[in-house]
Amino acid sequence: MNEERIMIAETCERLFAAHLDAEVFRTAEAGRFPHGLWDAITENGLDRILVPEAQGGSGLGWEDAHVVLLAAGRHAAPVPLAEAIAAGGLLGQLPDGIVTLGTSGADPEMVRVPWGRDAGHMLVSDADDGLRCVSLDGAAITRDRNIGRDPRDGVVVEGLVTGNMGVDQVHAAGALVRSCQMAGAVSAVLDLCVTYTNERVQFGRPIGRFQAIQQQLAVMAGEAAAAGVAARAACRMVDAGGNIIAAAATAKIRTGEAAGKAANIAHQVHGAIGFTDEYRLHHLTRRLWAWRSEFGAESNWAGLLGRLVAARGADKLWPDLTDG
Amino acid sequence: MQAFAFEPCELPPGADALRTEVRAFLDAEAADILVPARARSWVGFDAEFSRKLGDRGWLGMTWPEPWGQDRSALERYVVIEELLAAGAPVAAHWIAERQSGPLILRFGTDEQRAQLLPGIAAGETYFCIGMSEPDSGSDLASIRSKAEPAEVGGEKGWVVNGRKVWTTYAQHSHYMIALLRTGEAGENRHGGTTQFVIDLATPGVTVQPIRNMIGDEEFNEVTFDDVFVPAGMLVGEEGNGWRQVTAELSFERSGPDRFLSAFALLKALVHVAGENPSDMAAAAIGRLHAHLTTLRAMSLSVAAQLDAGAEPALEAAFVKDLGVMFEQSIPEIAHQVIGASPRIDHGDDFEQVLAYVQQACVSFSLRGGTTEIMRGVIARGLGLR
Ligand SMILES: Cc1cc2nc3c(=O)[nH]c(=O)nc-3n(C[C@H](O)[C@H](O)[C@H](O)COP(=O)(O)OP(=O)(O)OC[C@H]3O[C@@H](n4cnc5c(N)ncnc54)[C@H](O)[C@@H]3O)c2cc1C
Repeated sequence: MNEERIMIAETCERLFAAHLDAEVFRTAEAGRFPHGLWDAITENGLDRILVPEAQGGSGLGWEDAHVVLLAAGRHAAPVPLAEAIAAGGLLGQLPDGIVTLGTSGADPEMVRVPWGRDAGHMLVSDADDGLRCVSLDGAAITRDRNIGRDPRDGVVVEGLVTGNMGVDQVHAAGALVRSCQMAGAVSAVLDLCVTYTNERVQFGRPIGRFQAIQQQLAVMAGEAAAAGVAARAACRMVDAGGNIIAAAATAKIRTGEAAGKAANIAHQVHGAIGFTDEYRLHHLTRRLWAWRSEFGAESNWAGLLGRLVAARGADKLWPDLTDG
Repeated sequence: MQAFAFEPCELPPGADALRTEVRAFLDAEAADILVPARARSWVGFDAEFSRKLGDRGWLGMTWPEPWGQDRSALERYVVIEELLAAGAPVAAHWIAERQSGPLILRFGTDEQRAQLLPGIAAGETYFCIGMSEPDSGSDLASIRSKAEPAEVGGEKGWVVNGRKVWTTYAQHSHYMIALLRTGEAGENRHGGTTQFVIDLATPGVTVQPIRNMIGDEEFNEVTFDDVFVPAGMLVGEEGNGWRQVTAELSFERSGPDRFLSAFALLKALVHVAGENPSDMAAAAIGRLHAHLTTLRAMSLSVAAQLDAGAEPALEAAFVKDLGVMFEQSIPEIAHQVIGASPRIDHGDDFEQVLAYVQQACVSFSLRGGTTEIMRGVIARGLGLR
């Protein structure tokens, strides 16, 4: 990583360490917006990292933003930071207040929206995949939560027709930020597991000395490594002018798979302590399960990517992989 | 914090031109290889093809002059991934160029370099690896085949006795790099072994092919019966065998062969799925494609680290483990999605490629270190003790 990204990573670590503790999680997950944490984030401009300097942002690229998103994932941050980053990247500016992403669900009238109740605006794709930043003043909100216990509200805006193509720019940007968050969260889960299994003693030795545990954590580490590479590569691809839908597809498929595997192994090696409310593993694993299904599950993206690959034909498989 | 790093790798300028050159070469020299044969790629033995690669300067290209052309490891990477993706028959020179040459370059003497490297770079001198023995597989440190100092006809050297097994293509190789016991193992069990170059034409060497379960003769048993090895054929330091072997394995574990060994099957799968695949086939292809893209990025990152002189043993182990799991999943998925029956004598390309890969892929998680051993390496790297 270059100097600037190391600095961004350090800023994020300091910020989350100072403003995100068990109490913040408790109140945020009970439905109260964590203003202290959010203000610290916006004062540091992390939400506007992709917005050009002329528009009051940092004017950085996706690979830089990915460092912030990894940190947000590592800390399971219960705030709409990823949504703001994605919106800023797509729009090139951000209105005041909280901006979130809308993604169409089963009901074409209702848009599923992270932090819909708290947001002033939501970014959606219209029927031609053009961007629309819609005010949520007066929108009808049905409060709901994902299993991360973060707000995922149903939003109905009078007269709004969204893309509902399944995949549009907003959906893809959402998938890309979720991929980065998952990569971060999986790496944090791995760290927790390594620390815990080196400390927990059974049969007279740390359980991390048992080969059965070691083999499981080796699998998890491989998944963490692959998730990290996939998320970052997708961000680099977007920075290089690549198609955000193709980039997001690979990242969401690979990180989503890593998320599922890592969460299961983590709970197995932790035993009962990992199933308690007090131990912080579940802040990460519940969000991993939520994030992997948001903005398209692995199977949705795999179907889309597979169709793109098949349409190009077998003889283009290798050239596309190396030239693209 | 994280014990591993995969910085993204940029291919050097000129890589595109080189890739185009290799593709043109393959169009000219490998166009009529049948699809089922392409599935074999790095077990396809074709001395003539290897010589042609040597003529083009594509063997040993990273070695310093006068042995090679001082090109970067990433340029070599481009060449070999193109060869593998095309399923070109690269087995003849494969081990010599990938492992033995670099080992001799790094640890060998000037005489060894002068004697052995030009033949490897020309695609004419072939090597095999003599590590495994009947009683020593994963527990390589327990080898018993031994070399004892001796003087024969006034010449100083070593006398070798013992047996190596699973030695890939020993029957076609000129030399073996053998790991042999020259002393006591000692406390950490890793001492007392030494690497030697053994000329397989020396009296007392017997090479006996062992037919594998596919019906092919690829690996062998090699017996040494009072085989004299001149003193000048010891590689590196006496007693330093373990360290040298470990360095060698990083090259074996992270290259593009780690995710392209079953590429012919993936390509065949895309072909039979057609332009308008079923939902199930599309999802399967998309998932495999995402894995392949990610693995290639990881493997390239390790290549760049090796090129910069680092020793990314942990990262290489990830590439091997994930790569093998990916490759072994391809026949499973092909089976579930297409449901074709693998065929040996006739059948279409897909059925024949499936037949080969289905059988061959069980060996991918054995050779070069088993899955369990690789995961042990990873666990140690993570700090689990
Ligand atoms: C196609 C092919 C080509 C090969 N080519 C070569 C070659 O050219 N040169 C060469 O030297 N060798 C070669 N090998 C040998 C290869 O390196 C060995 O097969 C490998 O090291 C495993 O040794 P083994 O087969 O004796 O199995 P074993 O070591 O007996 O292992 C059997 C099983 O036990 C497990 N196991 C063993 N020890 C442990 C442990 N400590 N903890 C947990 N599980 C354990 C293994 O993971 C494996 O699942 C080749 C093998 C194959 C299949």
